[in-house]
Amino acid sequence: MPTELSRREFSWVLGGPQGGGINASAEIYAKALSHGGLHVFANIEFHSNIMGKHSYYRVTAAPVPVHSHIDEIHMLVALDQESLFGDAPERKHYPSHTGHVHQVARGGGVIYDADLKIDPGRFGRDDINLYPIPFFEVLEEALKEVGKGGQSRKYIVMRNTVALGASIGISGYDEELLFDAIRNEFKGRKAEAAEMNVAAVRAAAAYARSQFKTKPERRLLPVPVESRKDRMLIKGFQAVGIAKLKAGLGMQTYYPISPATDESVYLEQKGPQYQCTVVQCEDEIASINMAIGAAHMGVRAATSTAGPGFALMSEGFGFAAITEAPGPVVFLWQRGGPSTGLPTRTEQADLQFALHPAHGDFPHIVVAPGDIDESFTDSFESFNWADRYQMPVVVLLEKFLASSMFSNDGIDMSKLKIDRGLIHQPVDADGDGYRRHAITADGISPRTIPGMPGGIFSTTSDEHDPEGHITEGIENRIAMMRKRMAKLETAAREIPASSKFTLHGPRQADMTLVAWGATKGAIVDAMSELENDGRSVNFLQIRLMRPFPADAVAAILRNARLTVLIENNYSAQLGALISEQTGIALDHHVLKYDGRPFSRNEIVEGVRSALSEQKKEVMVSHA
Amino acid sequence: MPEAAAAAPKKFALQEYKTEVHVDWCPGCGDFGILSSIQQALFQLQIPPYKVAMISGIGCSGKTPHYIDTYGLHTLHGRALPVATGAKLANNQLTVVAVGGDGDGYGIGAGYFVNSGRRNVDMTYIVFNNGVYGLTKGQASPTLAKGSKTKSMPEASIQEGVNPIALALGAGYTWIGRGYALDVKNLVSLVVQAISHKGTSFLDVFQTCPVYNDLRTKEWYAGEDIGRTRIRKLDADAKWDPIVKDPASIDEIVEKKGLALRASYETGDSLATGVFYSIQLPTYDEQLAMKVPALKDHPLVDLPLYQRDVDPLFAELA
Ligand SMILES: Cc1ncc(C[n+]2csc(CCOP(=O)(O)OP(=O)(O)O)c2C)c(N)n1
Ligand code: SF4
Repeated sequence: MPTELSRREFSWVLGGPQGGGINASAEIYAKALSHGGLHVFANIEFHSNIMGKHSYYRVTAAPVPVHSHIDEIHMLVALDQESLFGDAPERKHYPSHTGHVHQVARGGGVIYDADLKIDPGRFGRDDINLYPIPFFEVLEEALKEVGKGGQSRKYIVMRNTVALGASIGISGYDEELLFDAIRNEFKGRKAEAAEMNVAAVRAAAAYARSQFKTKPERRLLPVPVESRKDRMLIKGFQAVGIAKLKAGLGMQTYYPISPATDESVYLEQKGPQYQCTVVQCEDEIASINMAIGAAHMGVRAATSTAGPGFALMSEGFGFAAITEAPGPVVFLWQRGGPSTGLPTRTEQADLQFALHPAHGDFPHIVVAPGDIDESFTDSFESFNWADRYQMPVVVLLEKFLASSMFSNDGIDMSKLKIDRGLIHQPVDADGDGYRRHAITADGISPRTIPGMPGGIFSTTSDEHDPEGHITEGIENRIAMMRKRMAKLETAAREIPASSKFTLHGPRQADMTLVAWGATKGAIVDAMSELENDGRSVNFLQIRLMRPFPADAVAAILRNARLTVLIENNYSAQLGALISEQTGIALDHHVLKYDGRPFSRNEIVEGVRSALSEQKKEVMVSHA
Repeated sequence: MPEAAAAAPKKFALQEYKTEVHVDWCPGCGDFGILSSIQQALFQLQIPPYKVAMISGIGCSGKTPHYIDTYGLHTLHGRALPVATGAKLANNQLTVVAVGGDGDGYGIGAGYFVNSGRRNVDMTYIVFNNGVYGLTKGQASPTLAKGSKTKSMPEASIQEGVNPIALALGAGYTWIGRGYALDVKNLVSLVVQAISHKGTSFLDVFQTCPVYNDLRTKEWYAGEDIGRTRIRKLDADAKWDPIVKDPASIDEIVEKKGLALRASYETGDSLATGVFYSIQLPTYDEQLAMKVPALKDHPLVDLPLYQRDVDPLFAELA
């Protein structure tokens, strides 16, 4: 039985060679849909190269909220042959993908370049509509309109825009909304380009309307003007970047790595006007250590990286912990591992690494937000935690979240407050009696800001006494270990439950899904579909990984009738954490580790097959 | 402020730059001379102790900040420079001095040594160069010459030694000097010049490790075997002029770097010390202040970073 979302959503894919302007076109299209009052979710897949290989951008839109993509494509727009049929013929072993034609929904449409001269028989489908468009010719036509006839070679990248125009023409959306989106994108000096693109859309839409009488079964119209809402379309890296500025970030350090770089580059662009500095370092070791130096001086500092970079940060991470630096906050954007792995693909396989980032016993916080709003809040709060508990914090995120675009109604910042923790106010300039690492019951020793008279301290990566000087004394070691670790208990007590986990859906249900991170979107969207199977469903989303809310999670899971863990990794890393912390093993695991995010169908079918086949573990991967 | 309140600034006593922490270097270690030189230099410059951040790596030399009564971060092996960089950029009103061993700086920290040279943050880096890894008991350090065998090494080294001064010239350090730990008077003057230089100043210091390095001993530097000291002071030559007058002149830069390079390769019985090279170039912190103008007048740590209106950023995404 279809749900409201599955009946009303529209899934559109633009595929083509990387570097060919796919991103810009798809994002303009997504904005046009958003401005038409639709909810939009858009995600991109691309290879780890700069030019040429197959990439595609998927835009899923609906008049109701949508947070995930589905396997089916209602409208496929292919700029090259590979987007249609994959690269099997050129590959010796496994194809890197099998093209998108087989994903096109019954009654759906395929727009492609007529110049490719593809024999319709090659599609092997008589249940879809084919729309061959002579991209070049239409472009030539449009350029003539704006007085640039005969220059289509020069403007060949505008084939993308022709494709967009065809798409609009065939599916019958409001052209003006697309024009606005284009003009918004090309402003000022680029205004001429805007008009060229508008002309291209107009020509392509007109061509499509005049040539093709059968429309695809599913189309999307803008919602009526009076019920349109101002929404932004925001990507994960933007939400995190803005949250960091809001939190008072003073210094961001980084070394380029996918998929973390976008966030730092965003801060490089927007930071200076907010007095935030960004330093591109020589490597990740320098990045974390520079951030630690800044944090010790009293500035809120962060670094952003992915798995390989985080591996290099290990030593510095422990250093921050033993010296009780107020930070840094490390933003760990997960990609496919191990090693260099799948640089541009997504995974959730760094949870256990984030929990054990360095040698020895030490306190730190790990938080894993599940969507845009949570990414904002958790990024913001992480700086408060770093200051308050004087320890490094990891915000664990995914490539999937970094590069996906989500409709968002605006982030509620009203409850967010800056908390810099305990700062010691010296009574005299000599600072007599001040001890940086004083033993306290809650583990927190007031810090000072270097430069202030009376606050002088020394600290070291070696074990040290309350004054920060090296000692290997037995009693001191025990006291220091206890003091530092006590901070974690203090944090566990003080961090509100709302930051720790969320139980979505009814408190009591026939089936409890358990997951973390940005799989949240697909699960939330899948819940009503799963309920159609006749079972009530709820979803326990875990967010705070350390200190782990063991008692609360155990209580929920003990109470659950049937539990299904869903993770974007091979080894069910959250499952292991839950077992370790609560002694509870979840009934079923639905796992995906092909480097791509879960589609909604994969969630639904994965859960169904785990239950029907009574399997402990199910792997899903719908190509 | 009323006139009367503007009392003469307090004069800091040398004692105020010293802590009461027990110094646990071996008797006779050259580190004592370096420690004392840094304390005296800070005292001479009258930098308030609370305006100084001493940042060290790991090794015998890494313990230095514990003995100087300023803000001190004793960091990780090889990582003092990035920590110091972060500290200076966070608070450009602090005097930041990084210290470490030659293993720390030219071995595990070689990448940071090179990149700090090209970054030119306004701070000072002092390397305690004893030719060995002291704290791990005397293995060869990157500066030990090929074929050398100290008493702590089972076999002679078969790796070439690095030339730190030459490396620093290539990396782009804007002030490069070398001192000798047991000539404290001269060393104090070099530390004062290094700290006063605007940009990253790099000071290599010949340091004796009587416990593990029996080749480069106090007696050897004094040249007891050849009847005259092996330490040659560059400024003893009245014509020695290491300062680049016109930073825009490639010719002058190449000429001065060439002379410095030649001096850095003097070995055997003559080891050059003093200022090798000096040039005034925009610092990283100054360039940062061009992007964030408020940094010209206030350190980052004092900027009002907590009242930001991010609504315009959201508006861009609508
Ligand atoms: C990552 C790492 N590797 C190795 C060590 C062990 N270690 C401690 S001190 C040291 C060598 C110190 O030699 P040097 O830097 O020359 O300083 P010195 O002790 O001679 O002053 C080493 C290798 C460490 N602390 N950290
Ligand atoms: S081992 Fe050498 S460098 Fe270390 S304290 Fe002893 S004498 Fe000094």
